[in-house]
Amino acid sequence: MKYAYFPGCCDHTSGREYDVSTRAVCRALGVELVEIPDWSCCGSTPGHSTSHMLGVALAARNLALVAEMGLDCTASCSACYQRLAMANVEMQNNQELCKKINWVTGKPYHGGVQVKSILEIIAGLRSETISAKLVRPLRNLKVAVYYGCLMVRPKEVQVDDPENPLVMDGLLDAVGAHALDWNSKTECCGASLAISNEDVVLKLTEKILADASLAGAECIATACPLCHFNLDMRQRKINQVFGSDYRLPVFYFTQLIGLAIGLTPIDLSFNTHFVDTKRVLELVG
Amino acid sequence: MRIGVFVCWCGSNIGGVVNVPRVAAQAAHFPYVVYSVDYKYTCSEPGQNMIANAIKEYNLNRVVVASCSPRLHESTFRSTISRAGLNPYLLEMVNIREQCSWVHANEPDQATAKAIDLVRMAVAKAARLEPLFESSIPVTKKALVIGGGIAGIQTALDIADAGHKVLLVEREPTIGGKMVMLDKTFPTLDCSACISTPKMVAVAQHPNIELLTCAEVTEVSGYIGNFTVLVKQKARYVDHSKCTGCGTCWEKCPKKVSSEFNQNMGERKAIYIPFPQAVPNKPCIDADNCRLLNGQKCGVCARVCAAQAINYEDQDAYRQVEVGAIVVATGYDLFDWAKAYGEYGYGKLVDVITGLQFERLVNASGPTDGKIMRPSDGKEPQNVVFIKCVGSRDEAKGKAYCSRACCMYTAKHAHQVLEKIPGSRVFVFYMDVRAPGKAYEEFYQRTVNEGARYIRGRVSKISRKGGKLLVKGADTLLGAQVEIEADLVVLATAMVPAQCSREFARTVGFTTDQDGFFQEAHPKLRPVETTTAGIFLAGCCQGPKDIPDTVAQAGAAAVKVCTLLAKKHIATNPMIARVNESLCQGCLLCRDVCPFKAIEMKAITGPAQGRTTQKTVAQVNNGLCQGCGSCAASCRSGAIDLQGFSNEQIESAIQTLLEK
Ligand SMILES: Cc1cc2nc3c(=O)[nH]c(=O)nc-3n(C[C@H](O)[C@H](O)[C@H](O)COP(=O)(O)OP(=O)(O)OC[C@H]3O[C@@H](n4cnc5c(N)ncnc54)[C@H](O)[C@@H]3O)c2cc1C
Ligand code: SF4
Ligand code: SF4
Repeated sequence: MKYAYFPGCCDHTSGREYDVSTRAVCRALGVELVEIPDWSCCGSTPGHSTSHMLGVALAARNLALVAEMGLDCTASCSACYQRLAMANVEMQNNQELCKKINWVTGKPYHGGVQVKSILEIIAGLRSETISAKLVRPLRNLKVAVYYGCLMVRPKEVQVDDPENPLVMDGLLDAVGAHALDWNSKTECCGASLAISNEDVVLKLTEKILADASLAGAECIATACPLCHFNLDMRQRKINQVFGSDYRLPVFYFTQLIGLAIGLTPIDLSFNTHFVDTKRVLELVG
Repeated sequence: MRIGVFVCWCGSNIGGVVNVPRVAAQAAHFPYVVYSVDYKYTCSEPGQNMIANAIKEYNLNRVVVASCSPRLHESTFRSTISRAGLNPYLLEMVNIREQCSWVHANEPDQATAKAIDLVRMAVAKAARLEPLFESSIPVTKKALVIGGGIAGIQTALDIADAGHKVLLVEREPTIGGKMVMLDKTFPTLDCSACISTPKMVAVAQHPNIELLTCAEVTEVSGYIGNFTVLVKQKARYVDHSKCTGCGTCWEKCPKKVSSEFNQNMGERKAIYIPFPQAVPNKPCIDADNCRLLNGQKCGVCARVCAAQAINYEDQDAYRQVEVGAIVVATGYDLFDWAKAYGEYGYGKLVDVITGLQFERLVNASGPTDGKIMRPSDGKEPQNVVFIKCVGSRDEAKGKAYCSRACCMYTAKHAHQVLEKIPGSRVFVFYMDVRAPGKAYEEFYQRTVNEGARYIRGRVSKISRKGGKLLVKGADTLLGAQVEIEADLVVLATAMVPAQCSREFARTVGFTTDQDGFFQEAHPKLRPVETTTAGIFLAGCCQGPKDIPDTVAQAGAAAVKVCTLLAKKHIATNPMIARVNESLCQGCLLCRDVCPFKAIEMKAITGPAQGRTTQKTVAQVNNGLCQGCGSCAASCRSGAIDLQGFSNEQIESAIQTLLEK
């Protein structure tokens, strides 16, 4: 199994843990990821909120590069996934737009590439593949599995049911964890408003943390660097502003899977989190 | 051939756009036209007299009327010319209102030109019309009513009171439908059971009504006045001729299952009557849940039954019945919201219930003796949220249409909460409030005055918050988000056609609309008839409605049936298909396309090339044929013609346009 891999900007900066753990887990599970040579921004928030054309064009250029590789494409970040997948749909359904974009990028793309999120790919591995590698079952670790908004919307590219997604839950259950039934699975964390309007983000993120604690979570699992950033890095500020005392470690799902199949916390970059992950490691043993 | 043309103004309806005098003047020059005139209101009495006089004076033998739709006045003008001594089928109508003045309101010249062309075609066709004669068929004086909700009950009683025999077939173990499940009914708040159970008893006791419950109609053949129906009596495992309804059996039966009648909010036994006032008041065994019938040890009911009425060997039985008319009153089901509304928890939040479940909760004879309590813990709710239009007016997840009764029953429910639970708070999320009935608006206003808080907007999410429900939504009048902590949420879910109704419509032989409701013959002028003669509709199977509308329609259907059954014979429409047997090749393509199953196969013997040979031809059943013409269009050898619309007549109409 071989995919063209789009790491995305976050994965090189604030979301390094995601990139590191994704690569490590895929290697261990026999999924070969080939980084797209000369990839550029996917057109996420700053791009597509400036101009629709710009958003699609940035993604389309990357898709054209993938087409040259003769592979299907995956992205770990759910915003990157959503931008690439959506551009793929738009280029296929709108010939007019396709022509314009190809003229703009100078790198013609005519479809043919499949875009999958890394979540779909790992969840699609036969459960035996994962259970065969299972060395450290996450014995009933109570996880609030958080999908955010981009994984399940819009309809054209949604990875799972938009109201009650279960793919990631299933995956974590399969490695021995206990995915909780909770309310904020698909609520918005405020995403990149972090830069322009932090107040909104603090409010929305606090709700998610509150809900997760109420459900008895020992940690949160995500599949998006922006969600992770808001939930993990901002947790201290939230505690300051709201007078709360959340200490919920926030993991990428790949980190938890990696842990279960025997990779070391260092391999998975646990040490670069803001909220201490020690408690969870102790729980898992 | 002497043709008269009458062009109507329809007041300003046609005359305001089409140059009517010019149409009449032009028509005077068409072949065979000996008289042509325009008139303000041709359908009026002087207008009709004008036609009758012209027929005599000018010795007309064909008449063309250019006016409104034949749906409106074809029969009027047919009887006019028949009074003047002409065969009524020597009339041709041209619709220059809907087809000219209405659709081309801003193009008077083109509208006039089109009217002239249409009249030209009609004249050409009229010249080839032939007299047609009605024949008559006998009528079986018995009606079948399918579905025993309030619609079916009312229809059956009305027909029976008029002196005709009625067979009422209900698929559940009792009649009563949804209405007996309700607590009080808007807008008068009278007790639903108090007004429906006496009617149910009246059905059971009426000498003219035969009631079959646990029964279904599986096959219908024949035609108006002469239907043959196959009814399946499902195995009940209790012999109702022996059973006294004493109740010992269901008291002693050890197997409990959840009760459909109580909307799964209470329990019943495996041998049961759905509720204490059920009609018939005798039990049946639910085979899926009976221990004995599932191979376990039991047989308690047979042991305790003094009347020896229990029969575990009972089988489904079929019975053939002849009837003259059929009324379909199969009602509605509620939209399966749990499948569609993930944001309301996919049915997993137990304190989110439907309106019908709420009716059982407030009902004094319901599972909680009328105490409103939350399913999760049996506590009395303080904050109750109602959400309207769940599945109605929601093309994305549900149905496009409005379910019509929900605004009113939600107001009723809101009132009931405020009345029964002191200090409670009620919130109603709505899109519009539709209260278009007598005393309806007043009823809604009363609920508002009692303190129900109406919030215009949809609910985006219901989630759990501790022991409560967190309802998030928008108040679109304030332009703000709202969050309400609720103890109970009640959904007003859409009405959808009863289960399996599409297949059922096919069995009986009529059509459904795009939503699966049964299609009336004309939405305004023939609201209780179907396109199949002799089959009528009543109640929610035709579309969502409340009880007053249902009962009114049921009465109307009964009158139609009585009109039919009052006759010894009925005249058949002669404008039906006719097979030319010498041309027919017996391919029976026509049989496949006929939507009314009116074409049968027939073997004939006849001379061909000097010998006597056998061949197969198509035969039209005059009782079933509705004259749609599908067969004529499909016939490759041109062997079928529709009388009054023959190939020759249509071709000459087209020809004259091409030759213009
Ligand atoms: C929660 C709620 C509250 C309401 N409150 C009010 C109110 O206060 N006032 C008011 O005016 N209206 C109210 N209504 C509307 C009312 O329920 C309907 O108008 C009425 O019940 C329609 O009667 P019906 O006979 O057409 O249908 P139904 O009551 O559905 O009866 C149809 C019957 O046909 C039977 N059937 C179905 N298919 C077959 C078949 N194939 N063969 C044999 N039998 C079959 C069914 O078993 C059923 O017994 C309310 C509706 C709801 C959902
Ligand atoms: S015990 Fe026998 S007689 Fe009594 S209700 Fe049951 S079946 Fe009927
Ligand atoms: S006209 Fe033909 S298609 Fe129509 S009902 Fe009669 S036989 Fe059937």
